[in-house]
Amino acid sequence: MRKNNLLSLLILAGVILVLPLGLGNSYYLSVLVFVGIYSLITIGLSLLMGYAGQISLGQAAFFGLGAYTSGVLSAKFGISPWLALLAAIFVTGGIAFLIGAPALKLKGHYLAMATLAFGYIVFIVFNQASSYTGGPSGFGQIPRFRLGNFLFRTDVHYYYLVWTLVIVVLLVSLNVIHSRVGRALRSIHEGELAANIMGVNTARYKIQIFVLSAVYASMAGSLYAHFITFLNPTPFGFHFSIVLLTMVAVGGMASVWGAIIGAALLTILPEYLRAFHDYDILIYGSTLLVIMIFLPQGLFAGIFSLVKKER
Amino acid sequence: MTKKGKVVVGVVVAIVIVLLLVGPLSIWRWVPMLRKPPVAYKVGAIFAVTGPAAWLGTPERNTAKMIEEEVNAGGGINGHPLEIIVEDTVGDATRTVTATKKLITKDKVLAIVGPSRSGTTMAVIPIVEEAKVPLISCAAAEAIVVPVKSWVFKTPQKDSDAAVRIYEYMKEHEISKIAIITATTGFGDQGRKQLKKLAPELGITIVVDETYGPKDTDMTAQLTKIKASEAQAVVNWSIVPGQAIVAKNMRQLQMKIPLFQSHGFGNIKYAQTAGEAGEGIILPCGRLLAVDSLPGDHPQKEVLAKYKKEYETKYEEDVSTFGGHAWDGLHLVIAALREVGPDRAKIRDYLENTKNFVGTGGVFNFSPEDHNGLTKDAFEMLTVKNGKFVVLK
Amino acid sequence: MSFGDQLLQYLFTGITIGTIYGMVALGFNIIYASTGIINLAQGEFVMLGGMTMVYLTTIIKLPMVVGFFLSILIVTAIGAAFERAAIHPLKSPSVITLIIITVAASILFKGGAMFAWGKQTFSLPPFSGEKPISVLGATILPQALWILGIMGAVVALLILFFGFTLTGKAMRACAANRTAASLVGINVKTMVLLTFALSAGIGAIAGIIITPIALMDYDRGTMLAVKGFSVAVLGGLGSSVGAVVAGFIIGIMESLGAGFISSGYKDAIALVVLLLVLFIKPSGLLGSRERGEFKKF
Repeated sequence: MRKNNLLSLLILAGVILVLPLGLGNSYYLSVLVFVGIYSLITIGLSLLMGYAGQISLGQAAFFGLGAYTSGVLSAKFGISPWLALLAAIFVTGGIAFLIGAPALKLKGHYLAMATLAFGYIVFIVFNQASSYTGGPSGFGQIPRFRLGNFLFRTDVHYYYLVWTLVIVVLLVSLNVIHSRVGRALRSIHEGELAANIMGVNTARYKIQIFVLSAVYASMAGSLYAHFITFLNPTPFGFHFSIVLLTMVAVGGMASVWGAIIGAALLTILPEYLRAFHDYDILIYGSTLLVIMIFLPQGLFAGIFSLVKKER
Repeated sequence: MTKKGKVVVGVVVAIVIVLLLVGPLSIWRWVPMLRKPPVAYKVGAIFAVTGPAAWLGTPERNTAKMIEEEVNAGGGINGHPLEIIVEDTVGDATRTVTATKKLITKDKVLAIVGPSRSGTTMAVIPIVEEAKVPLISCAAAEAIVVPVKSWVFKTPQKDSDAAVRIYEYMKEHEISKIAIITATTGFGDQGRKQLKKLAPELGITIVVDETYGPKDTDMTAQLTKIKASEAQAVVNWSIVPGQAIVAKNMRQLQMKIPLFQSHGFGNIKYAQTAGEAGEGIILPCGRLLAVDSLPGDHPQKEVLAKYKKEYETKYEEDVSTFGGHAWDGLHLVIAALREVGPDRAKIRDYLENTKNFVGTGGVFNFSPEDHNGLTKDAFEMLTVKNGKFVVLK
Repeated sequence: MSFGDQLLQYLFTGITIGTIYGMVALGFNIIYASTGIINLAQGEFVMLGGMTMVYLTTIIKLPMVVGFFLSILIVTAIGAAFERAAIHPLKSPSVITLIIITVAASILFKGGAMFAWGKQTFSLPPFSGEKPISVLGATILPQALWILGIMGAVVALLILFFGFTLTGKAMRACAANRTAASLVGINVKTMVLLTFALSAGIGAIAGIIITPIALMDYDRGTMLAVKGFSVAVLGGLGSSVGAVVAGFIIGIMESLGAGFISSGYKDAIALVVLLLVLFIKPSGLLGSRERGEFKKF
């Protein structure tokens, strides 16, 4: 792996290690826990959108599937949260494969439409299958993660747990990007026809990335479930899929670092702008619109290139 | 994006360092431990002011502001100004959790009123229990106070009592076979569970059990099924717009059987949206909405009339029972503060032993086993007549 | 109520709501056929149409007929403005960009409506009274007849427009082959503007005529867009007749599904159909193989 990326990774790890000493307040830590959880999802999305050139309008559904599978298995069937997390990964990944395989074999953007419909269907199922999911009222008493006698209870514990996973996921993703798969994907992004001619099995790689992004989202969902210990369908709807999209667009679609920044910005800023909650829908919409029209590569990359042009 | 990645991370680090030094996350805040004790009594309020439950949160927030001004104009609580810090949950569990943590650890409030909804309340119960902060929820779910948690209370009447009052009325009028139609929301689902649980105990048989989505615009399919059944009455458990659409659809299908609504119908606007189809709807409700038709010696009349007049004058909109839940919660906390001062544990004990508190939702009698304090008499059976709510005789 | 009556009632309901889905799908088709863009903000035009009409007739108290045409005009203008502001400035955008832009626009329209009119639900008086009409044991509202009638008029006008006017034919030329159309002297950019305006107008009509029955609020657009899109795909993207037919099919399926299977999963029906169509026959019922592959913008 490139040296630069390793360096960045180490810097990030260092910052994460040190931050709680300066903050120490459970409110700030819990916000950062959410940033970490959402980063897991956005990293996957940015791989999908930036490298595979596909779009998912229903990523919140995979997030929800991870959360509910993990939650139901551990709360209602007494399975250990770690196993539940693993099980959720298989379930979510499997479903992603079922949706992605047919959709991605075709040319064009069927995946976008399929994920839109899929997202809504999953949301409806969460609401309706009340014997398992508790329906719209949801269910609680989800157990927390345990390692032997150690219970991941406080915000500090969770903060380290979540961000360790983020770093692992970053490592994996950076490896993917700089591997054969990544190069193949970039070739698809540049020109699918040419890639096909060169013998790249575009469909297979696209499906792989789609499933990977779903797996990341599933992990995020499980972490979420065992943190809040209560689930209901509301956070897993179309609205959150849009928020995720905005995070990736702001951070930059082909950048895993950008994905984290996007997640951080759009989780932390609303905490300060509590007075503007009524406006949040307008802010998301206009942000997306402005970025797509003027800075399609994302806020930072866009500003960099603007700066470069000035020179 | 390797070089850019490095620069970007550098930027992040720089931003974080800057934020640590200045701004709201500043470490300087945490160094001085001996700050002057706050003179104001801080009470937290978490409402769904915006988002899908804004019809609950906005009147609750308005009521909170109104009370804060009123108390401070009257000299505060034993000389201490009252500061109600309102946080908006946007009806979202994540935001609610962070808002609660902020109120507890950053603002260090003495008690919290809210959240507006059952789902979000359940999400914060573990937090307040651990932080030992009294919470008075404005949400209706039974599960909030059953089983009793020592720091959690609620002001809305029990859903089960609403169902009981409906069923008792039905028995008196010889209705025994009914259809229920509920929305797939937290509130609708709770209602459905209560209706199904209590029906056999009160001799009611549910012959049709239908549901609809909260955004559905047409329930004629479900109602057609009901019309084809033996149901003698329909009970709808939902909020806007479903409750108005059900009424209108019933009229369209020329269904003659009576329609009962839940206490989610507790705002005259809803009756007006249903138009002519709203006439004759029966519902159990807090007495706030029909205060004009209450007898003068009713213990709640004075409190209700005052709240209604003040709210409607100040905000120029119809009062609703939902704002009333916030009124009850806040005034309970204020009474506690007056008696025992700024101590979370003492406030909790005071709340638990409050008796005969006249609120908008009813007359409250708390105890260590009952953190809701209301019985089915908190409800009055109302009906819609000429576009207004009146007490059903 | 006998089984036959029940069935008839479900059919009436299904046809009524199917008409609305069909009109939304028509809007999708018009834009898609001419530009290859899937306009996910289509549902918001419906919402805006209804809300504007409510505002004009109940707050400003204009007469219904004036309000009707004025609302359509206003929403058409909004559609045109959307095209100019968000679509026109793009230089060879990727499809992702376009999708995100239309999604962002739909959010903005929704937010704008929320601010302008608040969150409550609004109603309109029906065009010719509320008294239900009994037909063979089932009932139908007069408004439903208006809905069918107006949709029929819209479809007829569209056929005339595309078949017999120069502008309509120019639009069809753009749909067939943009490069060739511009070579022949057709101003493609103007055509794109017109398609958005036309779609917005049709959406507005749908919104106005459905509000007396189904009420309207700021949030209604998204679900309508998704279902309308399912209908458009089922009928074959780009096919107007397909849109109408598919609208009826999905509307009736929803109604029957809600009545006989489960009312809770009703919304999922249109969505599952969408997925099945995408996986089995993406060109839809009446679309051609060629149309089935997404066009380039």
